[in-house]
Amino acid sequence: MNRRTALALLALAGLFVSAYLYLYKLGYIGTIACGTGGCETVQLSEQSRFMGVEVALIGLLGYAVLFLLAALSLGSGFSGPSWPVLGMVLLGAGAVGFTLYLKYLELFVIHAICRWCVGSAVIIVLFFLVALVEWRQARREAST
Amino acid sequence: MAANVKKSPKQAPAKSGNPFMLIAAVAIVGVGVLIYLVTRPKGVSIPANVAVLEADTAGFQGYFKGSESAPVTITEYADYQCPACQYFATVQLPSVRRDLIETGLVRWRFRDFPLDAAHPHARLAAHSAACADDQGKFWEQHDAIFATHAQWNVATGSGATQIFREQARNNGLDLDAYDACMSSAKYAGRIQASLEEGTKVGVGSTPTFLIGGRLYPGAIPSDTLAAIARRLAGASQ
Repeated sequence: MNRRTALALLALAGLFVSAYLYLYKLGYIGTIACGTGGCETVQLSEQSRFMGVEVALIGLLGYAVLFLLAALSLGSGFSGPSWPVLGMVLLGAGAVGFTLYLKYLELFVIHAICRWCVGSAVIIVLFFLVALVEWRQARREAST
Repeated sequence: MAANVKKSPKQAPAKSGNPFMLIAAVAIVGVGVLIYLVTRPKGVSIPANVAVLEADTAGFQGYFKGSESAPVTITEYADYQCPACQYFATVQLPSVRRDLIETGLVRWRFRDFPLDAAHPHARLAAHSAACADDQGKFWEQHDAIFATHAQWNVATGSGATQIFREQARNNGLDLDAYDACMSSAKYAGRIQASLEEGTKVGVGSTPTFLIGGRLYPGAIPSDTLAAIARRLAGASQ
């Protein structure tokens, strides 16, 4: 599996995690599978909305865009240091920053940890690192 | 020789196999899991540590049984999932009802005291009984929940929710109203208020009985409760 395939799979995993959390917020899931109870505390907190929009929906849309970029980057027309790869690096960096803000809220404001949110955080950090390595490698190969 | 080999500036999109097949397979599995989660029977979750609002406790002091003019009031703080509470409810309480409550000596007051750390279904059970109370069937649901303790105590997923609903059906409740009550978690604040009341008076375990201003922890035998109640009733006359 090459890095771009891995990026697409990571984005897909994040997409499903955020879809699960958003469906829970919409009431379609019932009880959230969590184990600690922290997921409900976080998902039902005021901080589960950012500027009036559900954080889970922001995640869902963000991962959808990242997945589209990753899928595009797999096409033969976008090999090398193409704009979809740069887009993944830049959006990934923004997503990591947003995730750090959400982790701060969980730890110091809500005082509860949502395991699904931790899973999403791990996914986005991995995604960003892989995208960064891919971008640097593609640029290096293009310049030689 | 290596110097003569020029790398292509274009990276091959995939070194082996078709990555889109793998991605499609993962996507299909993921969508399948989500469809299952959305369509499976739903469990209800009653949140803990909710803020207690005035409306949660207005005009509500607990679930009562017995004459208002009874000389003695016994308050029971109980957790539906606690084995000692189950023992008391199924073995001792029938005698208490017959000898103390129905004779007019004791007015029984039931308060929820869910011990969440050990008993994950306790609040759900308490809420099920609260929803039955909406339809005047609290004690029927209370008894049914304790009677089926062995079934739902070990239930996972939506199992406990389904068992309580089945008991609600057996007790003749309007299931549409019951379901709406359960999914709204409308009595989460009332249960929390009950827990906070118990903590305030010094309850530390379940069941605990508050009789004449004193706390009696443990599944007290009905004979002992009768002796305490008769002593208090005698003293008050």
